[in-house]
Amino acid sequence: MNARADQPSAPSPANVGIVIVSHSPLVAKGAADMVRQMVGDCVPLAWTGGNVEGGLGTHVAGIAAAIEAAWSEAGVAIFVDLGGAETNSEMAVERLGPARAARVAICNAPLVEGAVVAAAEASGGSSLAKVVATAEELSP
Amino acid sequence: MHLAAADLAALIALCRAEIDRHGEHLSALDSAIGDGDHGANMRRGLEAVFAERDAIAALPLPAALERIGLVLVMNIGGAAGPLYGTLLMELGRALPGDAGAGDLAAPDDLAAPLERAIAAVARRGRSGPGDKTLLDVLYPVQAELVRRSPPGDIAACARSAAHSTGPMQARRGRASFLGARSIGHEDPGASSCALLTAAICGYFEEHRPS
Repeated sequence: MNARADQPSAPSPANVGIVIVSHSPLVAKGAADMVRQMVGDCVPLAWTGGNVEGGLGTHVAGIAAAIEAAWSEAGVAIFVDLGGAETNSEMAVERLGPARAARVAICNAPLVEGAVVAAAEASGGSSLAKVVATAEELSP
Repeated sequence: MHLAAADLAALIALCRAEIDRHGEHLSALDSAIGDGDHGANMRRGLEAVFAERDAIAALPLPAALERIGLVLVMNIGGAAGPLYGTLLMELGRALPGDAGAGDLAAPDDLAAPLERAIAAVARRGRSGPGDKTLLDVLYPVQAELVRRSPPGDIAACARSAAHSTGPMQARRGRASFLGARSIGHEDPGASSCALLTAAICGYFEEHRPS
């Protein structure tokens, strides 16, 4: 399993968290690196990639761990690549229970650009809805 | 359909053996129009369920099905994990809460719960009939249950439904990226679904309801 909390030294608990889910751990980590370079340490950030055996794929437990690692009371925005990443993310979110699931959004946006734009928006203290809307403006 | 704990454990073993036997074929189908890991993913999922078969079989049927679904979700991964997981979890939830082993008196007792579970799979995959997915096997199988068809007929229907995904163009999942080039290849999810359905039907053909 590849799931990493890319925890900053002092994340602001008020800022929306960002989770990156790719079939490839290298893509997920690379996207997280770009987010961190863009916004520094002020946004909770975690990434996950690969199936349970470490091959290409996604899995619910890894995504759930990433959500926990990037958890913020302001909410969490998830960025996914291909289909399985999205459906597995949906299952991970549902398993949080209705109260917490309501504060998590899976964004319809490109993985890298979406995560970077969302993190920039989140670093200013924007709400989850605003963070999601800004990222989703990237999708036609 | 008398379903005792021993039956459930045997069915799990049967499904695991069937997927193991056809794993390479499923991955080959998936290589043609997807990422080539469907056989490996399904094997991993069924192995995990098999490892827990005794504990699962000791549960009341609804809880057992929910547990199987959860184990499949956590272990299959890919696109198939959430679909098979949703199918089994929703089937468990759709059965009467007190349904214990043996409480399913007839195959058509399963028809309404299965219809609900299939609807949940369709929502999860945002798919419908003709999209070249396992739903193209599940819908006709459910219709056979409504008609109270014998297990052999249901198995034949499942196989034929899986074959019929060949000429379809994929509209969901990675195969949809291929557009018209997805035509001519049987859908791996439909294929694994037919294999499992036929294995389960074969069991009930051998073990007629008393």
